[in-house]
Amino acid sequence: MQMTDSRTIAAPPNEVWDAILDPEVLKQCVPGCKEMSGSAEDGFEATVVQKVGPVKATFKGTVVLSDRIEGQSLTLTGEGKGGAAGFAKGGADVTLTEVEGGTQLHYDVDAKVGGKLAQLGSRVIDGFAKKMADQFFTNFQNVVEGPQNDDETGPDTGEEGAAPETSAAAQEGGEQKKGWFKKLVS
Amino acid sequence: MPKDHGIGASPKRREDVRFLTGAGNYTDDINIHGQAYVHFLRSDVAHGTIKSIDTSEAEKMPGVVKIFTGADFEGVGGIPCGWQVTDKDGAPMKEPAHPVLAQGKVRHVGDPYAAVVADSLEQARTAAEAIVADIEELPAVVDMGKALEPGATKVHDDLDDNLCYDWLFGTDTETTQAAFESAAHVTTLELVNNRLVANPMEPRVAVGEFSRANGEHTLHTTSQNPHVIRLLMGAFVLGIPEHKLRVVAPDVGGGFGTKIFHYAEEAFCTFAAKACNRPVKWTSTRSEAFMSDAHGRDHVTKIELALDKDNNFIGVRTDTKANMGAYLSTFASSVPTWLHGTLMAGNYKTPAVQVNVKAVFTNTVPVDAYRGAGRPEATFQLERVIDKAARELNVDPIRLRRQNFVTEFPYETPVAVAYDTGDYHATMDKMEELIDIPGFAARRAASEKNGKLRGLGINCFIEACGIAPSNLVGQLGARAGLYDAATVRVNATGSISVMVGAHSHGQGHETVFPQVVAEMLGIDESMIDIVHGDTSKIPFGMGTYGSRSLAVCGSAMVRATEKIINKAKKIAGHMLEASDSDIELKDGQFSVAGTDKSVAWGDVTLAAYVPHNYPLEDIEPGLEETAFYDPANFTYPAGAYACEVEVDPDTGKVTIEKFVSADDFGNVVNPMIVEGQVHGGIAQGIGQALLENCAYDENGQLLSASYMDYAMPRADDIPHMESYVVDHSCQTPCTHNPLGVKGCGEAGAIGSPPTVVNAVIDALHSGGHAHVSHIDMPVTPSRVWAAINDQ
Repeated sequence: MQMTDSRTIAAPPNEVWDAILDPEVLKQCVPGCKEMSGSAEDGFEATVVQKVGPVKATFKGTVVLSDRIEGQSLTLTGEGKGGAAGFAKGGADVTLTEVEGGTQLHYDVDAKVGGKLAQLGSRVIDGFAKKMADQFFTNFQNVVEGPQNDDETGPDTGEEGAAPETSAAAQEGGEQKKGWFKKLVS
Repeated sequence: MPKDHGIGASPKRREDVRFLTGAGNYTDDINIHGQAYVHFLRSDVAHGTIKSIDTSEAEKMPGVVKIFTGADFEGVGGIPCGWQVTDKDGAPMKEPAHPVLAQGKVRHVGDPYAAVVADSLEQARTAAEAIVADIEELPAVVDMGKALEPGATKVHDDLDDNLCYDWLFGTDTETTQAAFESAAHVTTLELVNNRLVANPMEPRVAVGEFSRANGEHTLHTTSQNPHVIRLLMGAFVLGIPEHKLRVVAPDVGGGFGTKIFHYAEEAFCTFAAKACNRPVKWTSTRSEAFMSDAHGRDHVTKIELALDKDNNFIGVRTDTKANMGAYLSTFASSVPTWLHGTLMAGNYKTPAVQVNVKAVFTNTVPVDAYRGAGRPEATFQLERVIDKAARELNVDPIRLRRQNFVTEFPYETPVAVAYDTGDYHATMDKMEELIDIPGFAARRAASEKNGKLRGLGINCFIEACGIAPSNLVGQLGARAGLYDAATVRVNATGSISVMVGAHSHGQGHETVFPQVVAEMLGIDESMIDIVHGDTSKIPFGMGTYGSRSLAVCGSAMVRATEKIINKAKKIAGHMLEASDSDIELKDGQFSVAGTDKSVAWGDVTLAAYVPHNYPLEDIEPGLEETAFYDPANFTYPAGAYACEVEVDPDTGKVTIEKFVSADDFGNVVNPMIVEGQVHGGIAQGIGQALLENCAYDENGQLLSASYMDYAMPRADDIPHMESYVVDHSCQTPCTHNPLGVKGCGEAGAIGSPPTVVNAVIDALHSGGHAHVSHIDMPVTPSRVWAAINDQ
């Protein structure tokens, strides 16, 4: 599954670049991230809680940065194992271009899932991955640009129901559906 | 007037009382004191190297009894394959090792590589989460074409490539080629027979037990054939002699073929019960079933049909790739060959038929027999290509079939089998009557008025059932005999227990088999019970598959009952002071011919066990007889099916409006059960045709492993009962078994898929979409819509 998008961040490329390499920033940006440690040089270790379709799991994984061209581009490669839920892996090629008003951040993401995630979640995985990428870069934009007065786009906490659902109605629906989803997938 | 008892009557199924009132005894209902539970860790990559498995943390967790990995099974045999197919160059097929738990590599999503035995299932699952397995993902082969390319990733490193065998069968190449060169017309079709998951209602379960007192192992399992499991697991996997191994298959909630095979989980539970000195139980979840039950079908075929200038079939040639999955399941090798190639003549007198099958290993779940096993694949190819030829030649598809029918029996096909009897025109006549061909034009016009396209699909099929003559299948590579056995035990008071090798898991044997014995003895069916599914109770048996139970095991039961009658007549003759050759048995009374002297059934049976006045010098006391029956030939049920569909050209949605079947099953013992079997078989065939598809992505990830993603047929996918007519009034009795029966279990699933697809193509052509010559199954709305709009 692949996707491509770009967005403009109101900060100069060198600030954007530094933020990408900062584990604290990454932690705030990865949706559902509970822990993030390591460094840009040695790679990061992360714990992420996410719900894909009917499958909720804690993913433990690594993120490695490679092909770094200072201030211009890099590749993030990650792999997370979710135990019985299966695994997710993927990479993002990120390029930064100075534009008027800041930096244009462009990304090409390639992701795949395996195990139970593929078996039960394959129909929703494309939408899920797009949402995850969107949230990541929205969070990233917010962190780099500073706090906004918009609760909707605040850094995601990864708590149950907060990330995947976008409205109160959907959250209620999600809670109601859980019963039969759980029965189906157990 | 229909009979109300015995052969030909339709008593309600006696087993349904316990099934419908929750009193059934399924394997999961078996709980043994002290039992532990196993949870398997299954690969979530399609192909990978096991670098390490660290169980140290998990072993310390609460309730854990023992954790097993592949290393624990190094001294143990692998899961065997029961049929050796020979390559066209004479070499035996490739048989890669299939360890109980993966050793070194995992080869499909779902391949078990570790197992946690714990006091409770929750504890086993929790501990499994603490096992750290370092499995390095390798590139996977999923597509059969790619798997056969030079340099493709190999599923098994110790083999040269991914080709299990290349099998060439039937008419020689020169003769076949000559037929095609002389043809006035050749129709070619490439098609896919979609991969299916059987999905019996009851998932698989195994409970292993070991008695330290007598060294006896017991396996309770969801099997269609407990003796076959005893043979395979005892002899090839665990090295347990038969007298120390009991296999019990109690009530089983549907099999459809997928419960024939010997599975790793059965061997594991049997092995672990001894290793842990506790009973060990495994119950498959539905998710596990999707990735561990053997799948079905999955053929890719190019078929060519050669016709002369008068539209006579003169040659059929097929080139098929058959998916074996990652390992050879029990009968996997026989399905695309001897259960498929032998049926490629169909109902037709085509003189030259050549079949080529390449069996391919891929990083997917093993594929094996599923209802029909090879015969649905053969029928689908042949009947689709005939339909296409009729369209290309602009001839009526019914007339084209009729003109090529085999009409003289016995008929030796070019593909090794000899049809003993049949009447294909009779079933075609019946089908035409049931579908009401003359009324079709008006029904089509009515559909068109509603903006729908209506199509009529017809189809003929033949199958080889009553599996199978042992000497023949032995020559063909089977590693077992395929006879069956029955013991008729008459008790002192006249009641009877019949121990049969056939296993009933939905077929209704407990009702049907007593009808036969009751008819022969002239006693009430309620006096007769069937015992099955336990190697310690029944004499022997090869189980239930291939529509064989009544034709093979039923024949053994008839032979044993004949022995009972012969002995009982000797006892009666002694009691009546007459020669036993003068004794007649009618309505449960033994009488001396031409006199009014008689004794009742119960008097004779009592005498057998209380032999005070008894011919002890000639015969032994007691009244119990066993017979083994090995069939002389396969049986050849055949039929003609028709289906009418409506296609919504805006959405591509296909609705089945009417489905009729005219089957020739030979003699029928219980018409109600036969009709139920055919209804169910057609529903499964409709599932294959319109809904079901087991999908993998290019990395070998299984994408359809729940009922959210794998579409099973539901009640509203099949027509209403008044438009869903199954008929078995055309009866040409089998010539070589005592009941004249042919078998009905698989027919519906064999005959229906091409019927549906033929109807869809007919509908599209009626709507002016003449460019659509084929749509692969499942014929989903999106595929139909795409076909319509692909101008």
